[in-house]
Amino acid sequence: MYSTKYVKAKDIDDAATIMASAEDGKFLAGGMTLIPTLKQRLANPDCLVDLSACGLSAIADDGSAIRVGAMTRHVEVAESALVQKTIPAVADLAGHIGDRQVRNCGTIGGSLANNDPAACYPAALLALGGTVHTQSRSIAAEDYFDGMFETTLEEDEVIREVSLPKPEKAAYVKFPNPASRYAMVGVFVAKFADGVRVAVTGAGEDGVFRASDLEAALDANFSADAIADGTVSADGLMSDIHASAEYRAHLIGEMTRRAVTACG
Amino acid sequence: MPEGTVKQGIGASVRRKEDKRFLIGKGNYTDDINRAGQLHVYFLRSPVAFADIVSIDKQKAEKASGVVAILTGEDVAADNLGGPICGWVPTNKDGSAPSEPPHPILANGRVRYVGDHVAAVFAETLEQAMSAAELIDVTYSEMPAITDLKTAMDKPQIHDGMENNTYFDWELGDEAATNDAFDKAATIVKVDIRNNRVIPNAMEPRAAVADYDTGDERYTLFTTSQNPQLTRLVIGAFMLNIPESKLRVVAPDVGGGFGSKIYVYPEEAVCVWASKKLRRAVKWTADRTQAFLGDAHGRDHISDVKLALDKNNRITGLRVDTLANLGAYLSAFAMVTPTYLHGTLLSGVYDIPAIYTNVKGICTNTVNVDAYRGAGRPEATYLLERTMDVAAKQVGMDPAEFRRLNFIPKDAFPYQTAVALQYDVGDYEPLLDRAMAMIDYKNFENRRAKSAKNGKCRGIGMSTYIEACGIAPSAVVGALGGRVGLYESAVVRVDPTGTISVLTGTHSHGQGHDTTFAQLVCDKLGVDIEAVEIVHGDSDRTAFGMGTYGSRSLAVGGTAISKALDKVIAKGKIIAAHMLEAADADIEFKDGKFTVTGTDREKSFGEIALSAYVPHNFPHDRLEPGLEETSFYDPLNFTYPSGTHIAEVEIDPATGVVELMDWVCCDDFGNLINPMVVEGQVHGGIAQGVGQALYEEAAYNDNGQLLSASYMDYCMPRADHFPSLKVENLVTACTHNDLGVKGCGEAGAIASPPAVINAVVDALSPLGVTDITMPATPQKVWQAIQSAQTKAAE
Ligand SMILES: Cc1cc2nc3c(=O)[nH]c(=O)nc-3n(C[C@H](O)[C@H](O)[C@H](O)COP(=O)(O)OP(=O)(O)OC[C@H]3O[C@@H](n4cnc5c(N)ncnc54)[C@H](O)[C@@H]3O)c2cc1C
Repeated sequence: MYSTKYVKAKDIDDAATIMASAEDGKFLAGGMTLIPTLKQRLANPDCLVDLSACGLSAIADDGSAIRVGAMTRHVEVAESALVQKTIPAVADLAGHIGDRQVRNCGTIGGSLANNDPAACYPAALLALGGTVHTQSRSIAAEDYFDGMFETTLEEDEVIREVSLPKPEKAAYVKFPNPASRYAMVGVFVAKFADGVRVAVTGAGEDGVFRASDLEAALDANFSADAIADGTVSADGLMSDIHASAEYRAHLIGEMTRRAVTACG
Repeated sequence: MPEGTVKQGIGASVRRKEDKRFLIGKGNYTDDINRAGQLHVYFLRSPVAFADIVSIDKQKAEKASGVVAILTGEDVAADNLGGPICGWVPTNKDGSAPSEPPHPILANGRVRYVGDHVAAVFAETLEQAMSAAELIDVTYSEMPAITDLKTAMDKPQIHDGMENNTYFDWELGDEAATNDAFDKAATIVKVDIRNNRVIPNAMEPRAAVADYDTGDERYTLFTTSQNPQLTRLVIGAFMLNIPESKLRVVAPDVGGGFGSKIYVYPEEAVCVWASKKLRRAVKWTADRTQAFLGDAHGRDHISDVKLALDKNNRITGLRVDTLANLGAYLSAFAMVTPTYLHGTLLSGVYDIPAIYTNVKGICTNTVNVDAYRGAGRPEATYLLERTMDVAAKQVGMDPAEFRRLNFIPKDAFPYQTAVALQYDVGDYEPLLDRAMAMIDYKNFENRRAKSAKNGKCRGIGMSTYIEACGIAPSAVVGALGGRVGLYESAVVRVDPTGTISVLTGTHSHGQGHDTTFAQLVCDKLGVDIEAVEIVHGDSDRTAFGMGTYGSRSLAVGGTAISKALDKVIAKGKIIAAHMLEAADADIEFKDGKFTVTGTDREKSFGEIALSAYVPHNFPHDRLEPGLEETSFYDPLNFTYPSGTHIAEVEIDPATGVVELMDWVCCDDFGNLINPMVVEGQVHGGIAQGVGQALYEEAAYNDNGQLLSASYMDYCMPRADHFPSLKVENLVTACTHNDLGVKGCGEAGAIASPPAVINAVVDALSPLGVTDITMPATPQKVWQAIQSAQTKAAE
């Protein structure tokens, strides 16, 4: 790790101000991704702006959606009675991220800001058609993800909270990478009154994406049988030592079937 | 017996004495050790697999803050230092000597794998050393990396002058007789075997702290070693030219080795060398990435296997042609692992009249490959036990019955195999029978049908293994090209008050020697276990010994302790006879007391000890004072643990995920000293074997980059991968050591991979799958199902 400056921001505006004055600063949330990156000298920020005292961790009912503060830890989402009642799929997703230690530190804001192509939350945000709220604006999920590890956030833009619309039914099924247990394929299926949305993580060369073929099939018939083998094309999917694009394509179909079944 | 002894002696599952200090954080590992004024060294490693070093510009780095020195291959050459040596060198089949290309401790002009050591940067802090390393400008002239084992022989030379990138070309057995068996065979079975490459992953990474004392001109090296005495010999005599008496090597608590900490690597030697050159203590601790890149990997064989059967399905011949990937440089036991620890095991537990094997040791642009838990025997067992299943299927027999038919019968011992070993004792059928009963083998088809109803494919697979451990008789080792002896030493030092220190030349890095060895003492001397200290790992304290690997510590080291204890008792008897005014022959020693036979006149062990050190009333005419005895024990033969492991798996054909449903094993390790410790060793071994079979793979790409260089990509077995393992034992006592013990440290890792793969193939066989390579990852299983279905459709 290179030496760097550490500042604990008082609130979200303070965080943005400190960041604006830094040359190459980084916000620090749970540190589950950032700290290992620093330790391996893969990043060399001149300033770490800690968001933990900014009061950004809360979960609230907002009528048709729930709002989750950026600094809400995975364990808090997993154990929230509100989330369990309104969007149990999200509680379940959070409860299966990493291990206990990771869930006790990692945050929804950190996960979405990082946009790891194998992370779970991006699938939830995209499938639920959620919105990312920063100190200055609101960004719809469709406009938020910008390829692997990329988002449309500006340099000194802080995620304040995330709103997640309540679906009629939803489920997230993850096929974990055997080594890392991140998603090798993760499928979030959400059924709304106006249609089905399916988002896939862990598989796309450009990160999380919506699977329109699956959505069309499920719009026509919301049942596992609606997903025939070969519905998902391997084009644009990742290949690595764990899974070829073809295997991932197959798993997307299979995980979708399981998610639809889990929706009940 | 005095109260308590029964609970502490041979056969008692005494809780591990060493665990308290580990559990309360009082372990003392190398990285816990700091010396006044120490420097930190960081190794700049090659980012490319194969290249000539055109230039190294270290000017900028040398000026960086905190930097004290930067050493490179030129400095190594200038000081005329040697490299790590090969400890066991078999002869080529044409009678010539194998190639042993030099292995400079810092690369000299050429790098040969990603991670090869290019420069050592010494600074006040590790951060400073790392920062300075980034300022070193190395110009490489790259050559295409050679990573494919099958084609490496046809590629340019990795070491100048080493033809066909082949270290050795070795054979064992009778080729003519074997050919003859195939000519006459009723059935010939052919199997292609790939034994995947794995990474040892000891929990504690390697580390070294070296300190040179300018006063007495003596070096001390603290390091993560399985054999500190050997490390001292190699570094002192072969690498740095230091008189052995001027080098003390201490291996304190060591967090696992699995073979990878047997060898002396460049880093440890660089620390020792620099500690004198720079007149400062030097510290190095590998991080996990360095461990992935730089610790010797394991396995990595390709074998063509052919088995000949007569019309009664009795095996008449076996031929095995193997390519073994040994990596870019030769590590200490790299040559013996695929030869004498592999070829000699090819008979397994079977009566095979003719066997021939040829093994070529191949050089590639990958890190060294050497002994890893089981060392050669897992590779032999895997290919044989897979072949037994394929053969059974080919001739339409149940795999258990096909094995049984070919077992060496119990009245055939000592049994001379066709590949040099002589098994002293064993009885294989009861092990098979017990394991089959434990898993309810006969009702397996019901369970398969039940799983099928849930859309799952269930399979069962076994492995009836043998291994040769307790390495090893020095004379045999020497005759086969070994450059070391493999006896073991023990010193039993009785204190004046009767407490006891046992100084052993073995080294415990997780095996529980503090407990098991102490139990030997309790059993023989009748003392309480708390009165016994086991001392290991410090070359200044213990006698010269060979360390811990090859499941040798109890069979060889324990026997040495037992013999030294016998000498203590013998001396004690003479002292007692003198004190009790009796004849030597009338003294018996039992339950911690020396008694005149048939009387109640007795001296306790403590009284005798005191008398030995306060020798007022002592047989000075016959004995020297003191009560300390040494034994160097050299075994007469290897020991031969055997057993049956059976795995049951369930596979989800929709995803390819394999789940272990049940595991049983019945092993014969000879007599058990601490059954709980034995069971723990078996559990660990099975976990590592299952890891190899289902999860682990060291994957290099064509450029020689290690793709699985972190736990994000290298999958280790985890607790939740396992059902509760059912472990039982039967005993045929080893015939040639005093304790009748065989060794259990590697058996699990040797037995388990073929059991898993046989079960996986059995599960998938209804779908038309006939083979799968390790590791049987979800993707591979799914692909195997796909191609079987495509084939069926054609
Ligand atoms: C062993 C392990 C297993 C894991 N498994 C999974 C898994 O299965 N599924 C999964 O989804 N994830 C997994 N993760 C990742 C985990 O969810 C992390 O918590 C997450 O990726 C980052 O969150 P964090 O709060 O730790 O962010 P940090 O590491 O602190 O920050 C990550 C990045 O986001 C930026 N950032 C953080 N907060 C904000 C904000 N409010 N506004 C703007 N930028 C911000 C930071 O500057 C940094 O660039 C795993 C991590 C580990 C270590």
